[in-house]
Amino acid sequence: MFWDWSYVWEIMPTLLRASVVTIQATLLGFVLAAVLGLVMAILRMSKSQWISVPTAAVIEFIRSTPLLIQIFFIFFVFPEFGIVLPALTAGVIALGLHYGAYCSEVYRAGLESVPRGQWEASIALNLSPYITFRDIIIPQAIPPVVPALGNYLVALFKETPLLSAIAVLELMQTAKILGSENFRYVEPITLVGAFFLVMSLVASVFIRQVESTLNRSLRNPGGGQ
Amino acid sequence: MQLRPLAICAIVFFTAGLAIASFANFREFIPGLLQGAWITVQITIGGCIVAVIAALLAAIAKMYGPAPLRWLAVAYIELFRGTSALVQLFWLFFVLPHFGIVLEPMSVAIAALGLNVGAYGAEVVRGAITAVPRGQWEASVALNMPRKLALRRIILPQAFAAMIPPWGNLFIELLKATALVSLITISDLAFKAQQMNQTTFRTVEIFSIVLVMYLAISIVITVGMRTLETFAARGMARGR
Amino acid sequence: MTTPMVKFDNVTKRYGSLTVLDSLNLEIAANEKVAIIGPSGSGKTTVLRMLMTLERINDGVIHVDGEPMTHMERNGALVPADERHLRRVRGNIGMVFQHFNLFPHMSALKNCMEAPIHVLGMPRREAEERAAELLDMVGLGDKKNHYPSQLSGGQQQRVAIARALAMRPKVMLFDEVTSALDPELVGEVLQVIRKLAKEHSLTMLMVTHQMGFAREFADRVCFFHSGKIAEQGAPDKIFNDPQEERTRQFLSAVLEAG
Repeated sequence: MFWDWSYVWEIMPTLLRASVVTIQATLLGFVLAAVLGLVMAILRMSKSQWISVPTAAVIEFIRSTPLLIQIFFIFFVFPEFGIVLPALTAGVIALGLHYGAYCSEVYRAGLESVPRGQWEASIALNLSPYITFRDIIIPQAIPPVVPALGNYLVALFKETPLLSAIAVLELMQTAKILGSENFRYVEPITLVGAFFLVMSLVASVFIRQVESTLNRSLRNPGGGQ
Repeated sequence: MQLRPLAICAIVFFTAGLAIASFANFREFIPGLLQGAWITVQITIGGCIVAVIAALLAAIAKMYGPAPLRWLAVAYIELFRGTSALVQLFWLFFVLPHFGIVLEPMSVAIAALGLNVGAYGAEVVRGAITAVPRGQWEASVALNMPRKLALRRIILPQAFAAMIPPWGNLFIELLKATALVSLITISDLAFKAQQMNQTTFRTVEIFSIVLVMYLAISIVITVGMRTLETFAARGMARGR
Repeated sequence: MTTPMVKFDNVTKRYGSLTVLDSLNLEIAANEKVAIIGPSGSGKTTVLRMLMTLERINDGVIHVDGEPMTHMERNGALVPADERHLRRVRGNIGMVFQHFNLFPHMSALKNCMEAPIHVLGMPRREAEERAAELLDMVGLGDKKNHYPSQLSGGQQQRVAIARALAMRPKVMLFDEVTSALDPELVGEVLQVIRKLAKEHSLTMLMVTHQMGFAREFADRVCFFHSGKIAEQGAPDKIFNDPQEERTRQFLSAVLEAG
C-alpha cells in the first residue's frame, strides 16, 4: 500500500499543532530579520568606513555560511558563556540574523533609490537627520521593496524545517517522530511537503497582488517629487 | 565593491587566527573536519552539475517545449521552489525506499540539492535567454538557421554571460544547503562538527573554524565565477 | 516578361485592427534594384520583414523565384507553409538590418562562417576562405579577428553585409541600413552596396531614407503611403516629376531636411 488515508487522519491533528510552531518561528524570525536588516542596512551605508566595511563583512559572512551551522553555533555556543537559550529562541535568533543579512541588501537598494534631492530639500527645510530619515526617507524607501521582503519571508518560512536539527517540535521534527514511531514516513513527510507547497504558492500569489497594487499607487503617488 | 572581498579576507584571517590561537590541541579535530570538508566539496560540485543540467533542460522545455514537456517543466520548477530543500532531501531519503527505490545517501544528497537549486536556476536561465535582444533571433532567421541551431550557437552563448553572476549566488546557496545532508547520516563538514562537538566539547573553536571553512569554500566559488565572468565578457559588448 | 524573382500577390498584414499593408501587389524582376521610400509607418519595413519571414502575413501569397514561399501545395491546394518549406525557400534571401544584429560573441570572420558551416554544411576550410574573401570585398580584410564591439558602426554594418552574402542569396534585403550610423560612416556602407550592385547579379530591395542614393542606385523607386504603393517608377520620374500630391509633399519635406 502506497498511501494510507486512515494513517493520514490519525496524524493530522499532531501535524496541525506542529504547524503552529512553524508559523510562530516564521513570524518571529521575520520580525527580527526585518528590524536587524534595517539596522544592518543603515550601518552598511554609514559614511565612516570603520562602520560600513565591518558591517559589509559581517553581512557577507552571514550570507556565505550555512544557516544550519549558524543555528548550531547559537544553540551550542551561547551556553558556553552562561546564556542557555530554549531551542525555539535560538532558532528564531538564527533565522532572524540570517535573513536580516539578506533583507539588509533589499533595504539598501530601497534607501539608495530615494533621490538625493530629498535629502537636500530636507536640509533646506532645516529638518534634523533623524526626522528626515524617519518621515521623509523611510516612507519612500520601504514600499517599493515590500515585495522583495515578502520573497524573503517565504524563503525564511521554507527554512524553518532546519530547526528540527536542534529538536524544535516544528512540522518536520514532528513528521520525523511520527515516521519513526509508526515506521511509515511516506504520509507525514509528503504532508509536510504539501503544506509548504500550498503555503508558498498562496504567499507568492499574495505577493504578486501586493506588487501590482504597489506599482499602481507608486506610479501615482499624489504629486511626485 | 572591491572592499567586500578585502573585508571578507580580513575577517577570515582574524577569525582563523583567533581560533588557532585559542586551540590547545587543534590537531585533534582538524583532520576530521578536513575529511568532512572534502565530502562537502564533492556534494557541492556534484550538486552544481546536476543543478545546471536540470536548469537548462527545464528552462528550455518551459520556453520552447511541446505542451506536455512544458507542463512537466513548470511542475518541476514550482514543486521544488515551493517546498524546502530539507523536505525534499527527507522525501527522497525516507519516502523513495517505500516505492522500492533505494539510493545511496550521497546520490540522494546530490540529486536533491541539485534539483532544488536547478529549479531556481531554471528561472535564471529563462531570464538570461529572454534578455538576448530580439535582433539576434531575427539575424538567425535571416541566415536560415533552424531554431535549435540558433538557440545553441547564437542565443545560449550570449545568455551564458548574463547567467554567470546569478549562478554564482546559486552555487553559494547550494554550498550552504549541503549542511543539510548531515541530517541524513552523511558525514560532511556539518556532521563532523556536531560529532566532534559531542566528543571534545570544544564548541566555540569547532563551530568557528567550521564557519570559516564554509566561508573559504564560498570565496573560492565567488572568485571562480568572477574569473569566468571576465573570461566570458572578453571581446563581447552587448551591442545588438 | 519572365518569372519575377519576388512577387507579392494581394498581400495583407494587420496588427490587431491596424492594417499595415493593404493588399499589396508588387513584382520584382531578377537582378532588379528596387528602392522603397515613404514616411515612417507606411509599411515599407514590413515588406522586407514579411519577405524574410520575420512577420506572418494575414492574407495573400508571396512567391520567390516562381515558387510560393508563404504557402505550399498539398493535394493541389495552397496551404500555409511549414517550417521545412519556409527554410528551403528562405535560402534564396539574405537580409541586412538597421541595427546590424551581428553576433557579439563571434569575431567578424566567425560571424560570416557560422551559417555556411551549420546551415549549408560547407566544409570549415572553404567557409573560412569564402568569409575572408567577402570581408576583403567589404574592405575589412584586416579586421577579420575583431569582435563586433571593437568595430565602428560602419564596419559592423559591412561585416553584416558580408555575412548575408556568405549564404549566396539571390535576393538581398537592406532595411534602413544606414539609419543607425553616424553621418560620417554612411558613405563607406553605401560604397559597398554600390559595388555589390555593380559586380554581382543580385536582386536588391532597399528601404532607405537616403534619397540621393536611392536615385543613383535603383532601377525603380516605390513610394509607400499608408500601407499601399502610392506611386512607383524610374527614379528620374519619381524625383523630378512625381504625379501624386502625397509624393510631392513627402519629397519636399525630406529634401528640405537635407
